[in-house]
Amino acid sequence: MKLERHSQTGILPPSQPERPTPSQGAWVQWVLIGIVLVYIALLLGIPAVNIFYQAFKDGISPFFETLIQPDFVSALWLTVLTALIVVPLNTFFGIYAALAIAHKKFRGRTFLLSLIDLPFSISPVVAGLMFVLIFGRQGWLGDWLQAWNIQVIFAFPGIVMVTAFITIPFVAREVLPVLEEAGTDQEEAAKTLGANPWQIFWRVTLPNIRWGLLYGVILTNARAMGEFGAVAVVSGNIIGRTQTLPLFVEDAYKSYATPSAYGAAVLLSLLALVTIFAKEVLERRTSFR
Amino acid sequence: MTLSAASPSINPLKALAQLSWPWRVTFIYLLFMLLLPLTALVLRASTVEPGEFWRIATDPVAVSTYEVTFGTALIAALINGVLGTLAAWVLVRYRFPFQKGLEGLIDLPFALPTAVAGLTLATVYSDNGWIGSLLAPLGIRISFTRLGVGVAMLFISFSFVVRTVQPVLQEIEKEVEEAAWSLGASRWQTFWKVLLPQLMTAILTGVALGFSRAVGEYGSIVIIASSIPFRDLISAVLVIQRLEQYDYTGATVIGTVLLLISLVSLIAINLLQAWGRRHEA
Amino acid sequence: MGITIEGVSKRFGDFQALYSTSLTIETGSLVALLGPSGSGKSTLLRLIAGLELPDTGRIWLTGRDATYASVQERNIGFVFQHYALFKHMTVRQNIAFGLEIRKASRAEIRARVDELLELVQLSGFGDRYPSQLSGGQRQRVALARALAVEPQVLLLDEPFGALDAKVRKELRAWLRRLHDEVQVTTVFVTHDQEEAMEVADQIVVMNQGRIEQVGSPAEIYDHPATPFVMSFVGQVNVLHPESVLSCQLPGIQGSQQVFFRPHDVVIETDPCSGGMAAQVQTVLHLGREIQAELLLQDGGSLWVHLSREQYAKTPIQRGQWVYVRPKAIKAFPPADKHRAVRNSSVFV
Repeated sequence: MKLERHSQTGILPPSQPERPTPSQGAWVQWVLIGIVLVYIALLLGIPAVNIFYQAFKDGISPFFETLIQPDFVSALWLTVLTALIVVPLNTFFGIYAALAIAHKKFRGRTFLLSLIDLPFSISPVVAGLMFVLIFGRQGWLGDWLQAWNIQVIFAFPGIVMVTAFITIPFVAREVLPVLEEAGTDQEEAAKTLGANPWQIFWRVTLPNIRWGLLYGVILTNARAMGEFGAVAVVSGNIIGRTQTLPLFVEDAYKSYATPSAYGAAVLLSLLALVTIFAKEVLERRTSFR
Repeated sequence: MTLSAASPSINPLKALAQLSWPWRVTFIYLLFMLLLPLTALVLRASTVEPGEFWRIATDPVAVSTYEVTFGTALIAALINGVLGTLAAWVLVRYRFPFQKGLEGLIDLPFALPTAVAGLTLATVYSDNGWIGSLLAPLGIRISFTRLGVGVAMLFISFSFVVRTVQPVLQEIEKEVEEAAWSLGASRWQTFWKVLLPQLMTAILTGVALGFSRAVGEYGSIVIIASSIPFRDLISAVLVIQRLEQYDYTGATVIGTVLLLISLVSLIAINLLQAWGRRHEA
Repeated sequence: MGITIEGVSKRFGDFQALYSTSLTIETGSLVALLGPSGSGKSTLLRLIAGLELPDTGRIWLTGRDATYASVQERNIGFVFQHYALFKHMTVRQNIAFGLEIRKASRAEIRARVDELLELVQLSGFGDRYPSQLSGGQRQRVALARALAVEPQVLLLDEPFGALDAKVRKELRAWLRRLHDEVQVTTVFVTHDQEEAMEVADQIVVMNQGRIEQVGSPAEIYDHPATPFVMSFVGQVNVLHPESVLSCQLPGIQGSQQVFFRPHDVVIETDPCSGGMAAQVQTVLHLGREIQAELLLQDGGSLWVHLSREQYAKTPIQRGQWVYVRPKAIKAFPPADKHRAVRNSSVFV
């Protein structure tokens, strides 16, 4: 266990102490670092390493066998397709919402922001339930949809809708602070130089918010591909038809197909790694420009 | 101001036509994607007669899920209140090897799909898993018990505390601490009397965020827990079980209780943050 | 005609930023809008630019009614206090922006940008980003960007406000020379009277949303139209109507307020000179001149400035009694009293 070993032997005194501290043994510092390292190792580090260990402990072939399973392929395809619809939709909305709210003071601003944030705090299961109550067989539109033979719940449209609901806040939340910080000066300057609103958006506003926007898009994508609870409620988990990748992981695990579960888990973990890496890079971009 | 659309006396369509495009898109999208589903739940809940509502909401199984969900989430959030603050402290104040990697690891719960988190936690903490096998001889079982629910909730809420406390800690000026030292305060006294009060809102906000997230968590818990009533069944799983039995009313009532708790936490978080800004010029 | 403003007013919520205002600015002139913060000068500038729309009145730019024209149609150059450079573009790209919007050809753009870089003395800096420039350099890029589109009118909002004193001084002289070269109608906003005097042909003094006076720097200084102008432009002593000194002055009616500049005071040591008796409180040597505070017998106090020569002739000391006689006084009827800024008679 890599991380654990650091926590036992790898602690060094700080190479450049941040500040002069009054006399107190360096042991306090070591103990604190030790506690944190052990806790994080137990809670995050070991489970993270375990994903890759379980997937590859019997060599690389079980992993590839998972990748060619028809159920896996259809789950992957469904997940990608959902993200392909939801991510552009919420990117579009997030930019518009941020543009509408930025630089304005009005009554109800805090309320509107809380409303946009709401999907963060609502349990995904409850979010799924809401859509079932509208589109389900006993729902508001149930009879009407049945008459027209349109299936939303236990079908692709339902998956897309709950995923969109769950990922509403990310882009707006990442773009808004960048817009606020950039101020309106540059846009006004572009106006005085003759640029129309479209030109101002593409040539001034968008370049200013690009890194925040990109991070928001990446977060939206990570959540859209990884969402479990809300999708579990509306999808019906029909193998090969309405099973997304996270549902495939659970299903494989519960049916004792552990290698398949870990094969899919590795893929989803790579998505998480890309997200974390992007955060590191993009945060530096925004702060050093 | 463009928000005149909110006043009911104006024809809403006319008001909408007067808004700029960003406003129109924002309103329409929020209306259909957010308010409509929310209304569906509230309306459905309001069709349940109050006595019936109360009976379903306080059904012994339901009550046991509240106890498991909220009790465990609270304990997990409080543990992370302490350890998350400590982690933020260590990351901001000390320099040690592999710090960058640790930073990335802390973002893991935000980025990792919850199904994957549940899967790996269930394996690692099972009786023959890396950590579970060390605890099994002591008679401690984690996976498929309430402790498992707790571990999943610790996992999900940890990052919230660290990421809320860290920036506040970073911004505390060195001079404030040095002033305390110059007045004769020891390092412990400085921490308890000068730093901790300044960090308190951030810690509480982080705990509230973590709690709120843990209460709503489904994916990782449904995998690590056995979901047996009165043992480790949580409210979110109960909602799904009710739906699977086509008991829409039962699902709606439990779902409404969960929604109310989310809203209360949201308001509490907003109040906390407003209160935290009271010293700002 | 350069810019004509007729009965223009603007209100923000409860705040009347600009009362009905009329003003004419000649083609090719260099005009300063001078006033304290909240005087409406920036609002007037933004109204001319079209960044705000007036509640009432009309605005003509070079003979065309531009009251409801959008910012884009007005063909103006605007320089913002904090530069508002496009951070993601190089200096060249910033300057080229307006030309690209106007679909100028590549060669044309290159030539024009080179020309402007030369004009603002930044020839070697074309490929830098704004973050790699000093404040003064950024301000010059902002100017070049505004001038690139050959605007009919150049508008500058506190152009030197964010710069340090030395750079500010240099840029003022440079702006003056630039204007002589380019000859574009220029309006700039400032709260610094020295800056207005130094740079502008014409000064528009504003206060509380109204124009107090329009005139050349000399007119403004020597013939202020209102107590506000007198006290805002340069330092001033104010005598209360009840003051003994006030009623000794020729031609002053009892209720008038009397203003005079600290250097317009004759000081004599001879009691028979006819001056008012005053006791010296402090004497400060400020390099070029000597500043003294005098206490009148009725309790009022005065500031006087003496040149080194005057001081050599009458070397006053603390505690000494002297006899003062203001020359070049200005008297204003008391109706204007409430608009005079008492604080502005405080000295540095």
